[in-house]
Amino acid sequence: MTILDVAIVGAGPAGLAAATLCAEHSLSTSLYDEQAGPGGQIYRGIAGSPLARPEILGDDYWHGGSLVAPFTRSGARYVPQATVWSIERRDDGTFAVAITAGPPHARHTLTVEARAVILASGAQERPFPIPGWTLPGVFMAGAVQILLKTSGIIPEGRTVLAGCGPLLWLVASQLLRAGATIDAVLDTTPRGRLRQALAHAPGFLLSPYFARGRELVRTVRRRVRVIEHVTSLAVEGTTAATGARFAVDGQTHSLSIDQLLLHQGVVPDVNLAGAAGCALAWNELQACFAPVVDAWGGTTVPGLYVAGDGAGIAGALAAEASGRLTALAVANALGRIDGSARERAAQRHRRDSAMATRGRLFLDTLYRPADAFRLPEGDTLICRCEEVSAAAIIELARSGCAGPNQAKAFARCGMGPCQGRWCGLTVTELIAHAQRRDPAEVGYYRLRFPIKPIPLGEVAALATTSEAMHAVVRSPD
Amino acid sequence: MFVRLPDVSAKDVPITIDGVPFTARAGDTVAAALLVSGRLACRTTPVTGAARGPFCMMGVCFDCLVTIDDRPNQQGCLITVAPGMRISTQRGARAASAGVQ
Repeated sequence: MTILDVAIVGAGPAGLAAATLCAEHSLSTSLYDEQAGPGGQIYRGIAGSPLARPEILGDDYWHGGSLVAPFTRSGARYVPQATVWSIERRDDGTFAVAITAGPPHARHTLTVEARAVILASGAQERPFPIPGWTLPGVFMAGAVQILLKTSGIIPEGRTVLAGCGPLLWLVASQLLRAGATIDAVLDTTPRGRLRQALAHAPGFLLSPYFARGRELVRTVRRRVRVIEHVTSLAVEGTTAATGARFAVDGQTHSLSIDQLLLHQGVVPDVNLAGAAGCALAWNELQACFAPVVDAWGGTTVPGLYVAGDGAGIAGALAAEASGRLTALAVANALGRIDGSARERAAQRHRRDSAMATRGRLFLDTLYRPADAFRLPEGDTLICRCEEVSAAAIIELARSGCAGPNQAKAFARCGMGPCQGRWCGLTVTELIAHAQRRDPAEVGYYRLRFPIKPIPLGEVAALATTSEAMHAVVRSPD
Repeated sequence: MFVRLPDVSAKDVPITIDGVPFTARAGDTVAAALLVSGRLACRTTPVTGAARGPFCMMGVCFDCLVTIDDRPNQQGCLITVAPGMRISTQRGARAASAGVQ
């Protein structure tokens, strides 16, 4: 089997930028991605948009095209519809990467060997555990944005957006430009938070996101009723969402809805890095875990790197710079460039990164979700897969449960197909809150391979040694 | 409820959803086709039988699991429609299949 120089996971801005630069340094490079086309979620559908009016999505979206063209020319191999579900570092320092790829009627599993691995699997939306958030008709706002980007589909009827964060306003403005109507935006940014964030405003004023962000919010406010300082939110309905009940200043209100779009920021996807053995650390301001990385994206596992939002939320432009810095580190580690060449080439990308992350403190402070929307109570489901309530976890925590792994064993939270992606942070924070401990100390679920559910037959298809065969084949003795 | 923008340019792709013919468009995921066909829910949960439908659209939540061409538990948001594709909504847990796919 030939060994790759570098295997990259994820075709968003970090993965595309990293793969392009790796290939340009004559590293044999393969890029694996779960979607059918490149772009990740931020530039989803960039290579095949069905939209007749580019202005619906705006210039920041179409910037993604500038990453795809050089990637296509770079010589890096692109493998779409591919799920990387295991990465094992072997004794000789190389990696065995298990992948299931291909269209649904012809999925096949393979192992590739690589000298270095770059994880660029990005972020997911933060859990928004409120009563009724599992009802059909409730979506994460990013989900509806994906429908618009990939299919030109928009919501019709009574649509309400709720939450906080830049993406909430971006999705609202894109939907309006596409011709959708929005009944209301329920802004959950807590009272007084803007004043706290203003301490970091000087940095934000120089950010490329400042002027555009302000214009977005103004555009939406001109056309949509924005209800500020919402302190609680619940979805009503039995088989589908029919209403949103919310409180402002102690007064309860309700709205009839056909769709509710939720958003309260994005958090790093940690499953691959965590299962591969990378140390994770709690980020208190962003209220999430992220892999511990050095200035080049290097993790605590030698040869394994994380680039982009998967290493901590900084946005698409910073992800691009991060991908390039990581590529330089890999080119150096594999002997393509020396340390001084790496340093010279890195300066530009560091400047780009610094520019792109100006004002991040302002955004992180302003949009850190309120406790009420991170620490649910009572019957509110926190584990969507196994339907475990907040009360069940709080009760376990109060009776001395040691942490998320023990909670998982007792209550089954995190044991379903999403593997804790929609409950992990909530479980950590609920236990920390109930036991008055630091989330950093409580920790996260122990992450294991395979990081996505795959049929047993596909695991068995990988067995190459006699010991491995005995583990999956029933023998007559 | 969801509708398609009238000026979208993408070829028609004939599929069936629970046996009913539906015209999706090239590039639609199965989950997008379900939503624009008027179906918000596509399965019930194995634990309580509660209705679920597409939620994250990016392969994370597994709420959009459907049966596609007789293969159960497929993530509708990760699979693109193809001509003649048969999509069925699911109720509760799937039975384990005897053969290796």
